[in-house]
Amino acid sequence: MTQVTMTVNGKSVSGDVEGRTLLSDFLRKTLRLTGTHIGCDTSQCGACVVHVNGRAVKSCTAFALELEGAEVRTIEGMANADGSLGTVQQAFQDHHGLQCGFCTPGMVMSAAALLADNPKPTEAEIREYLEGNICRCTGYHNIVKAVMAASGQDVAAVAAE
Amino acid sequence: MPKDSGIGAASKRREDVRFLTGKGKYTDDINLAGQAYVHFLRSDVAHAKIVSVDTSAAAAMPGVVRIFTGDDFSGVGGLPCGWQVTDRNGQPMQEPPHPVLAQGKVRHVGDPIAAVVAESAAQARTAAEAIEVTLDELPPQIDMAAALKDGAPKVHDELTSNLCYDWVFGSDDAAIDAAFSGAAHVTTLDLVNQRLAPNAMEPRVAVGDYNDAAGDSTLYTTSQNPHVIRLLMGAFVLGIPEHKLRVVAPDVGGGFGSKIFHYAEEAFCTFAAKELKRPVKWTASRSEAFMTDAQGRDHVTKIELALDADGKFLGVRTHTMANMGAYLSTFAPSVPTYLHGTLMAGNYTTPAIQVNVKAVFTNTVAVDAYRGAGRPEATYQLERVIDKAAREMGMDPVEIRRKNFITSFPYATPVAVEYDTGNYVATMDKLLEMIDREGFEARRAEAASRGKLRGLGINCYIEACGIAPSALVGQLGARAGLYESATVRVNATGGLVVMTGSHSHGQGHETSFAQVVADMIGIDENMVEIVHGDTANTPMGMGTYGSRSLAVGGSAMVRATEKIIAKAKKIAAHLLEAADTDIELKDGQFTVAGTDRSVAWGDVTLAAYVPHNYPITEIEPGLEETAFYDPNNFTYPAGAYACEVEVDPDTGKVEIKGFAAADDFGNIVNPMIVDGQVHGGIAQGIGQALLEDCRYDETGQILTGSYMDYAMPRADDLPFYQVDHSCQTPCTHNPLGVKGCGEAGAIGSPPAVVNAVVDALQRGGMSHVTHIDMPLTPSRVWAAMQG
Ligand code: FES
Ligand code: FES
Repeated sequence: MTQVTMTVNGKSVSGDVEGRTLLSDFLRKTLRLTGTHIGCDTSQCGACVVHVNGRAVKSCTAFALELEGAEVRTIEGMANADGSLGTVQQAFQDHHGLQCGFCTPGMVMSAAALLADNPKPTEAEIREYLEGNICRCTGYHNIVKAVMAASGQDVAAVAAE
Repeated sequence: MPKDSGIGAASKRREDVRFLTGKGKYTDDINLAGQAYVHFLRSDVAHAKIVSVDTSAAAAMPGVVRIFTGDDFSGVGGLPCGWQVTDRNGQPMQEPPHPVLAQGKVRHVGDPIAAVVAESAAQARTAAEAIEVTLDELPPQIDMAAALKDGAPKVHDELTSNLCYDWVFGSDDAAIDAAFSGAAHVTTLDLVNQRLAPNAMEPRVAVGDYNDAAGDSTLYTTSQNPHVIRLLMGAFVLGIPEHKLRVVAPDVGGGFGSKIFHYAEEAFCTFAAKELKRPVKWTASRSEAFMTDAQGRDHVTKIELALDADGKFLGVRTHTMANMGAYLSTFAPSVPTYLHGTLMAGNYTTPAIQVNVKAVFTNTVAVDAYRGAGRPEATYQLERVIDKAAREMGMDPVEIRRKNFITSFPYATPVAVEYDTGNYVATMDKLLEMIDREGFEARRAEAASRGKLRGLGINCYIEACGIAPSALVGQLGARAGLYESATVRVNATGGLVVMTGSHSHGQGHETSFAQVVADMIGIDENMVEIVHGDTANTPMGMGTYGSRSLAVGGSAMVRATEKIIAKAKKIAAHLLEAADTDIELKDGQFTVAGTDRSVAWGDVTLAAYVPHNYPITEIEPGLEETAFYDPNNFTYPAGAYACEVEVDPDTGKVEIKGFAAADDFGNIVNPMIVDGQVHGGIAQGIGQALLEDCRYDETGQILTGSYMDYAMPRADDLPFYQVDHSCQTPCTHNPLGVKGCGEAGAIGSPPAVVNAVVDALQRGGMSHVTHIDMPLTPSRVWAAMQG
């Protein structure tokens, strides 16, 4: 066991980890931040996406020990300072971009990372970017719409309901 | 004018806030003090005799608490099957035992041989590798036709063969023979409805707990129906009376059928927690999910359609082999029979219909209900054969359907169900309005100029939802009732808590159910809280599947709320010194009819709990009512779907260019949630049509055991869809007039996609292509094009 210290959602945290401890386990088990979900064992579902130093990372592919000093942001850190939903979160609620909620943390983190890089993505760019996030419920229609709305685009015209 | 609250309003989902902030509580988020972890050692071969299991080395490994094998479960029951089908000779189906841990034999890859309980999950996993298992391999039965051959090695030695049942349903031989011998044209189609893996994004989890002092067991589990698990596991497997067993299904990350069933891991964790007197937790990996979650579909069918010279349907005859897998999952026998055969009339007046299904045991993972369950299989074969018939007879695919639509209701089909209401003409008209069919030729020509083949597929569907009528399903072989329940508790200050037997795992009940109750009373939705998922605080209910929750669970809630209102009116009448028959409730205000004398909802609820001035000799204090609702029929959502595709003739790649769905769900409570349910169903249906395929090799190894091999639909595989549910023929027999919307998309969309691809190839001059089996991967489409 080795101690690792990183900043998670703006707070400095430390914990004892083994070399094989994944960031996802560190978040879920050590820090009890259970908003980050595990949906697969082959790094393909995206339910576990968090931000590490500002970039979207599948937390099931990163070792906690290698993240000494890193800035990590999880779904628990996405709300506004006053506790209200952040822009992407609010767009997901407004456009019914979630059903069971299991893929949602990863979707929101990926979408936020996309918008940080590309503030006005096209539909095709959003679909391509979210390729690594599986939603089985499967609300891609509304997820894509929510991401467009979060980027300030008018989605009223998007294939009518 | 869209409403802004109550029934019909697109209220935003209140559950979203916790899911969007990481505060959902899923089963894997539950960690109990002192919990141990279990890892299951699973068979890596499909069929073998267990010669020996030596756990001695593993038991000595660090952290191991105890290792269990099949022998530890010889004193408990097996996993029960909840549905008994009677075969064509009047005999009950063959029903093999299903032990919690394998006894004597393993019957599919993933069958659990031993369970290691240890202090950590990693220790349990490591120790499991040290268990010495000697297996004597037997020939695996993977292909259904081969498994049915005389003398084929048996999956279950105690049965007479691998045939579970041979079931015949619908019109008698004379009627069906007459229909075919009098036909001007007969169209025949052989097709495969491939096996799918349900893949809820949340893998299954079970946490067993035992309270030594009280002798109470608790199971936290990823279930769509905690009461059903309590009943099945308590009564049939572990022998725990229901009052000593609590089952909690907290937030559940999708189910699609796969979390209806009672699984061995649930029984194991409950059993082991009691044995070890400490909590025991199991979290499935995705790989385990592919080996253990009951899978869907897997039908091989020949369908024949007899028509007269004008294209009127005279008869439908089908022969299907349905894969049961290695064991009978909870509702498996009902899927190819009563959820499939009963739907073979579709939206049409076909007078003679006969369905034959042979259910087969194989050395594969069990097959059971998956979104749609039986109804997608029925719709797919019917809507495919109709398209083929139209082409053979030179008729328009829409016109041939219109010619055969059922137009007067109620309508009793030759396959035992009675449609209460519907309007198939209206949904077809609506669909055509949505898709600009006239403009198709121009779009096709434009695609052709880019070297692409464009096609349009149109079809209808009908489903039987609101899965209930206990008396009816009992006659059909269900071993359970299928009512639903609700308790409505009004608090003194006027807020309500509704405890429902339904379970929400993506459907948004916490929002839509509150809309209904608030609307009935005329109060703000936020005054109503919905509680579900815990047998300790909800009335006995049957849970959520088969698009039943609003139709059956919502109706129970309406009945309970009606009782509340009736009692509240009596209290109001007393307070207003009027007759209760004169009291009207509107906008949360009780008024004496024709006067301005009124009393507010909150004053009445307060009087119920502070009964100082109260009709105490006539009614009890308090305001809490329970209702159980058991309807007299299924509901019958129906609609018309269209898909437009482009096929790349060089590669066979299919691209969906447009998808439209016109559904009739009866009345709508929350249109936003309904849209989402339809979107989800369509995406899963397109996934089946183009991508998904759960495959085994001839030795029974799962070839598609991870997301590297099993093609899940992703955002860039799908377009935006157009969905409409403005055609509404309210259900005639439930109080809300609702029909259910959760499965429609998955039922209606696969034939639309396949019809569209066949249409594209036909229009491209490949008249030899009359059918391609799903999934329509580039290689399959390309191969079909080559002839
Ligand atoms: S859990 Fe990390 S990608 Fe699936
Ligand atoms: S909302 Fe359920 S998996 Fe995406």
